Amino acid sequence: MSPILGIWASQNYVRVSPSYDSIATTTVGGGGTSTVTFSSIPGTYKHLQLRYTAQSTRGSISADNVLMQLNGAGSGYSRHFVWGDGANPASGATTSATHLWLGTIASTATANIFGVGIVDILDYANTNKNKTTRSLFGEDLNGTPASSNGLLGMWSGLYPSTTAVTSISLTCQSASFAQYTQFALYGIK
Amino acid sequence: MPAGSTYSTVATTTLGSNVASYAFTSIPGTYTDLVLVCNFVKSASNSMGFTINNDTSALYSYTTLYNLNTNGTTVSSNRGSNDTTGYFLSYGAHSTTDPNIYIANFQNYSNTTTFKTVIGKGGDPSRSVGTDVTLYRSTSAISRIDINTRGIGTITAGSTFTLYGILAA
Repeated sequence: MSPILGIWASQNYVRVSPSYDSIATTTVGGGGTSTVTFSSIPGTYKHLQLRYTAQSTRGSISADNVLMQLNGAGSGYSRHFVWGDGANPASGATTSATHLWLGTIASTATANIFGVGIVDILDYANTNKNKTTRSLFGEDLNGTPASSNGLLGMWSGLYPSTTAVTSISLTCQSASFAQYTQFALYGIK
Repeated sequence: MPAGSTYSTVATTTLGSNVASYAFTSIPGTYTDLVLVCNFVKSASNSMGFTINNDTSALYSYTTLYNLNTNGTTVSSNRGSNDTTGYFLSYGAHSTTDPNIYIANFQNYSNTTTFKTVIGKGGDPSRSVGTDVTLYRSTSAISRIDINTRGIGTITAGSTFTLYGILAA
């Protein structure tokens, strides 16, 4: 290619900015951890997506729940769910809660089994809207133990604040996050 | 030269003929998650399935939550254990103008420490909508995904399947 054509090509190359960026990722090390926090979240995206594979250290029971707080707020959340355990679909709601719920995960009681979830927080930086979250979650245990078939479903949540989300804190309801648990936060433009 | 992308197309196909299964092979292990996006028609009204790494041993189990009713009045949840294939919810056969849709997420697919949990959601135009989760009890990294009809009918020519890779920081 002649230098002139090369220059022309470089000037006319369409530089497309990525729309889906990785903001931060946390992988839990040996010994586990009680809390995973994403802080100083930039307000330059349109939406956030949190993707996780997680396991609880709750050794006696094969399930635990992933909880979330935004901006450190410890009250005022409301949440709704629909889920199925392989036999009985169910739904419910809670208001004036201390946490949002993201989903149920497996525990170290069932080795190597991790629950997964995908959480969307739309318009997270908008200071004219309260924040609504939606999660899709699931874990299957192959019917072991027989009383714990697994669970999957969806949660929606309301964080009744127009403040932009700058931090996300994640905890287990009953224990800690086990080693190899991973939370990955993405920004969508 | 553009910067590396977080959300990339790994492979895509539009079927040129009716097939009983379609495979994504030689999947690179360089991403964090895989997302499989399906838009398809099939010859029979039944759920779809998938296998990982061409493994057809009884290492799959699943839980489902769905509505399967033309008037939308019934919600159900089912499960299966020790199966030889994973589970994709999509009951309708349908026409090329009314395809089934399905999106499956294979999270942390390339790690060699944990079993693999796959979560998906889908539906068809007239009968079903829902979500499902499959456990594949192997710590092997995923390098191949076969989409199948669970032995009933075929996937129709013109159906599209696209595999995306998501790369975490």
